[in-house]
Amino acid sequence: MADKFLLRNIGVTDSHRIAVYLARGGYQSWSKVVKGIKPAEVVDLVKRSGLRGRGGAGFPAGMKWSFVPKDSYPRYLVCNADEGEPGTCKDRVLMEQDPHAVLEGVAIACYAIEAHVGFIYVRGEFSLSAERLEAAIAEAKAQGYLGDDVLGSGFALDIVVHRGAGAYICGEETALLSSLEGERGNPRLKPPFPATEGLYRKPTVINNVETLANLPLIIERGPEWYTSMGTEKSPGVKLFALSGQVKRPGIYELPLGTPLRTLIEECGGGTLDDRPVKAVIPGGSSSPMLPAGQLDVTLDYEAIAAAGSMLGSGAVIVITEGTCMVSVARRLVEFYAHEDCGQCVPGREGIAWMAKILERIEAGHGREEDLDLLLDICDGLGGRSLCPLGDAAVGPVRSSIKHFRDDYLAHIHTGTCVAPTSVTIA
Amino acid sequence: MPFSEAAQKELQQVVTRYPDKRSAMLPALEIAQREQGYLTPEAYEWVAEALDTSPTWVASVASFYTMLRKEPVGRYLVQVCTNLSCSLLGAQPLLLYLQEKLGIEVGETTPDGLFTLVTVECLGSCATAPVMQINDRYYERLTRERIDEILTALRAEAGS
Repeated sequence: MADKFLLRNIGVTDSHRIAVYLARGGYQSWSKVVKGIKPAEVVDLVKRSGLRGRGGAGFPAGMKWSFVPKDSYPRYLVCNADEGEPGTCKDRVLMEQDPHAVLEGVAIACYAIEAHVGFIYVRGEFSLSAERLEAAIAEAKAQGYLGDDVLGSGFALDIVVHRGAGAYICGEETALLSSLEGERGNPRLKPPFPATEGLYRKPTVINNVETLANLPLIIERGPEWYTSMGTEKSPGVKLFALSGQVKRPGIYELPLGTPLRTLIEECGGGTLDDRPVKAVIPGGSSSPMLPAGQLDVTLDYEAIAAAGSMLGSGAVIVITEGTCMVSVARRLVEFYAHEDCGQCVPGREGIAWMAKILERIEAGHGREEDLDLLLDICDGLGGRSLCPLGDAAVGPVRSSIKHFRDDYLAHIHTGTCVAPTSVTIA
Repeated sequence: MPFSEAAQKELQQVVTRYPDKRSAMLPALEIAQREQGYLTPEAYEWVAEALDTSPTWVASVASFYTMLRKEPVGRYLVQVCTNLSCSLLGAQPLLLYLQEKLGIEVGETTPDGLFTLVTVECLGSCATAPVMQINDRYYERLTRERIDEILTALRAEAGS
C-alpha cells in the first residue's frame, strides 16, 4: 500500500497531543510560514500544488483563496467540519486523532488570506472531535502557535470551534454561514459568493477539513512533491471512506487516479461473502451510482465524471448483488427529503414527492409511468433548486433508473423484488 | 426551573467568544438543553435575553436543528443510524432487535425513563457501520451481542 501522508499520525499513541505532534515534525510548516513567507507566496505555493477542495466540489483551493477582494478586511476563514454526506467519515478521523494537523492547516490558510480568526464548524454529533480540537487549541496557545503574537512574528490568530446541532444542510457553505451567524441553517442565493460577502458579510473562505490538512504537507515538501502524485488534473493524495458490503471498510489514503477496483479489492479485501458487486456509489450519497461494469474507472475527478458520476468527498459505498436498488434509491431520497430546508419549491416539493413515489413502488403499488414521472421531477429539480441539495437528490434516482430498471420493473409488475435484501425494511 | 449559576456563567462566556454575539445561538441553546434536558419556553427567553433577540426568533432557530430537543427524553437517548451504509450492514434488523430488547417502538421511552429509542440520519461513521449514538457517545460495528453488552452496562450504570 502507498505511503501515508494525511494519515501519518493516525494510530500513533496520543497522536492528539501536541507533544506527539511536535515530536513527529508538526507545526514546522506553520512556523516557517508565519516567520518568513509572504501570504501571497503561500497562495502561490498552494496554487502550484494543484490542491483541489476535498469536501466534494473539487474546486482548486488556491484559486478559491484568490477570489477574496483586495483591501477588504476583516476576513474570515471557516473550516467546514460538518461532515454528513452519507458514506463520508474521513474528516472525523483527522479531527479526533490528528487535531493539530487540522489546526496547522487552518492556521496556514488564515495566514494566506490574512484572516485573524478562523472558525471550525464541527457537526454537533461529533463530540469527541470538538473536544479534541478545543484541547488542541489550548495546547497550541500555550506553546505560542496561536494567540496575539504567534511565535514572535507579530501575527495574531485565534481559532474558534463552533458546534452544529444536527442539520445536514449546514455542510452547504452558505447554510453553514447562516448557522454560524446564529440563524436557521438556510442556504443563501449565490452570488454574492462567500469570498466577497460571507460571514458577517465579510470576505470568507470556506475549506474542508481534509483540504486544510494537506497544507502543512505541501508547505513542508513543496508543490512539486504534491504534483508528483495523482494525475495531472487531480494531483496529490486523497482520503477514501470505504463503506458498505466489503470485508474491510475503513479510511484509506491513496494517490488520486488509483483504480476503484484497487480500493475495493486490495484495501477493502473484496466484498462480503465474495458476492458480485452490483453497484458502487463513488463519492458520497449524492454521486450517481456506477454499475459493476465500471469498476476499472480510476478515482480522480475527471475519470469519475467521464463515467457519469462524481468523485465528491471520496466516500465509496459498495453494494453487492442481492440488494434491492429501489430500496437504495428510496433510502437516499428519504434522507434528502428529511434534510431539505424547505425554502425553495423544487427542493421542498420535488424531493418529498420522489420519496413518496419510491415508497409506493417499493411497496408494490407502483405503475410503469412512475419511472417517467420520477425522471420528470428530476428534470424540474436538477439545477433548479436554491442550493445543490436538489441536485444531490437527483443523483441516486436517475442513476438507479438508468442502470437498474429491472429492479423497478419487478416491483411494478410482480409487486416484489428480484433482490431479497431491502435497506429500508427489516 | 431557574438556570444554575454555572450555566449563567457559561452562557456569558460563550457570548463573548464571537465577533457578533448572535453567533452564540447554538452553543447557548446547547447549554440550556444540557441544563434542563430539553428546550422549554423559559430556555428560549433565557437565550433571547443574552443575545438581545426575541424568544420567538430563538424558538424558530431551534426548530431547525434535530439535536435541539423540544420534548423530554429518557436518561439514555439511543439514536440508531438507518442510512445507507449502516442499512447495507443490517441496521434495520438491529433496530428491530433494540425495539424487542427495550420493549418500545421507535420514538418511545421505556416506562422506567431510562431509554428513549429514535432513528437518526447519517452519523458520519459509515466505515464502522452499523452505528448508534447514545447521548454523546458513538457505538460502532454493532451486533446483537454488542447491543446486549451495551444495554447491560448502561442499566448497571443507572443502578437498575
